[in-house]
Amino acid sequence: MLEGAVLLLALVGLGLSAACLDARLGGAQVGAPFGEVARLLVQQRRRTLLRDTLLLRIGVISLIVAPVLAGIVIPLGDAPVADLAVGIVWFNAMEVCVWGSLWLTGWAVNSVYPLAGAYRLVAQGLAYELPHMFALITVALGAGSLRMGDAVQAQQGLWFVVWMPIAFLIYLVSALAMAFWGPMSQPVGTDLAGGVRAELSGPDRLLFQAGRYALLVVAAAAAVPLFLGGGAGPVLPSWLWVLVKTAAVLGLLVWVRHRVPAIRMDRFTQASWLVLIPLSLVQLLVVGIVVL
Amino acid sequence: MAVAFWILAVVSVAAGIVVFVVDSMARATFALLASLLAVGAAFLLIDLEYLGVLIILMMVMEMLIMAVFMIMYMMNPAGLMPMKMVHNNRGAVIISGAVFVLLTAGIFLTSWPQRRGEPPADPTRELGMAIMGSKMLVMMVIGVAILATMISTVVLATHRGRYDRYGEDLKRRRPLDPGPGQGPGLPAAEHHHGHGSCGSPDPREESG
Repeated sequence: MLEGAVLLLALVGLGLSAACLDARLGGAQVGAPFGEVARLLVQQRRRTLLRDTLLLRIGVISLIVAPVLAGIVIPLGDAPVADLAVGIVWFNAMEVCVWGSLWLTGWAVNSVYPLAGAYRLVAQGLAYELPHMFALITVALGAGSLRMGDAVQAQQGLWFVVWMPIAFLIYLVSALAMAFWGPMSQPVGTDLAGGVRAELSGPDRLLFQAGRYALLVVAAAAAVPLFLGGGAGPVLPSWLWVLVKTAAVLGLLVWVRHRVPAIRMDRFTQASWLVLIPLSLVQLLVVGIVVL
Repeated sequence: MAVAFWILAVVSVAAGIVVFVVDSMARATFALLASLLAVGAAFLLIDLEYLGVLIILMMVMEMLIMAVFMIMYMMNPAGLMPMKMVHNNRGAVIISGAVFVLLTAGIFLTSWPQRRGEPPADPTRELGMAIMGSKMLVMMVIGVAILATMISTVVLATHRGRYDRYGEDLKRRRPLDPGPGQGPGLPAAEHHHGHGSCGSPDPREESG
């Protein structure tokens, strides 16, 4: 119960911080996200013709529910909200649900650009998912378990980021793709007038944006137990270390958005399948040999 | 536990029926997904966490890809118009009725074995050993081989292969791709090869 509240609080706090940092790096006022929240709360809904309201609601709401469900297996200090024996697979499954959320949102508004954005996300998803899964499997292999807590335990001597750096880099790339953020933001690209979210306004858009930031936070937070030793660190208590490390990864992801241009899904698929998959398999092989 | 099972069972069957009732391809796909997610959740009830979560993971991806393909092959573009989801009603009713009777008869006529032993401490591990056991190395190699086959199939099936993109002798430094900002335009003949009816204006043809 307490952990659940902490998780929600951390998601809101870190998500807002990420939005503020993003606004700052983008040349806007630091407090701009708060104004945006207020504006969207009072903005009237714009409706498109013959939209599928049921599917739109499911799409937008599941976009914020999925990251929260993905977050319940991430240890916030010592214990996660739900210590599943297959936590790593659970995290992956919940994060893939976002594909459904975005496709539903893009489809349901009955408009061209959102639908094109939704198809872009499915293409991007197929591109990033395979190396992403191999990176997660590499961690599971190193830890000898699919439980997030066991992965943290296995890193007490040496963090996984040190001896599986390729898997960590692949995870960071796929974290960007997962949250359709920065260089991987083509599904909501400006060339599509905002892509999936083009027709969303008012509370719908607020939920969508909140879900996207929650996704980014969860993607950054999962890197901590998977690669950065969880709550391990000197002096400070473990929950604070988790927070500091998550904030560092999150800051990196937000910073990348303002430094790296957007990459097209087909180009990314080529790079992902021809470079990242072989690299991730080599990493898996190396870790497998070390574990053996 | 029993309550949860019955709720999931009812959701699963009801969502399965909805697939054939709704008149929208998207709703049908996601009703099917809801049905399969309920099945995945039912696996969690019998402590087969790995299989349950895996079903959820795979079904979300599968249904998404299925939706893309179904809509691609539909008669009305983008599939936004309502459409009938059932065809050949009489034949379908006979076939599905016969299959239902067969399966139900099977359930009642089989002599189900009594439970022996206790559930293992780590069902995921036991499941892996039961399926793969001593053939683990073979299965792993086959897994990578299947992945390589999938990727090569996609590479072979893509409309524009590496010879289109990098030239006959693969010596072009930047690939020649559709879209703006790609250097010299493609010759118009290449774009209209095989489909003369293509009416979409191509930005490259204006500049090139």
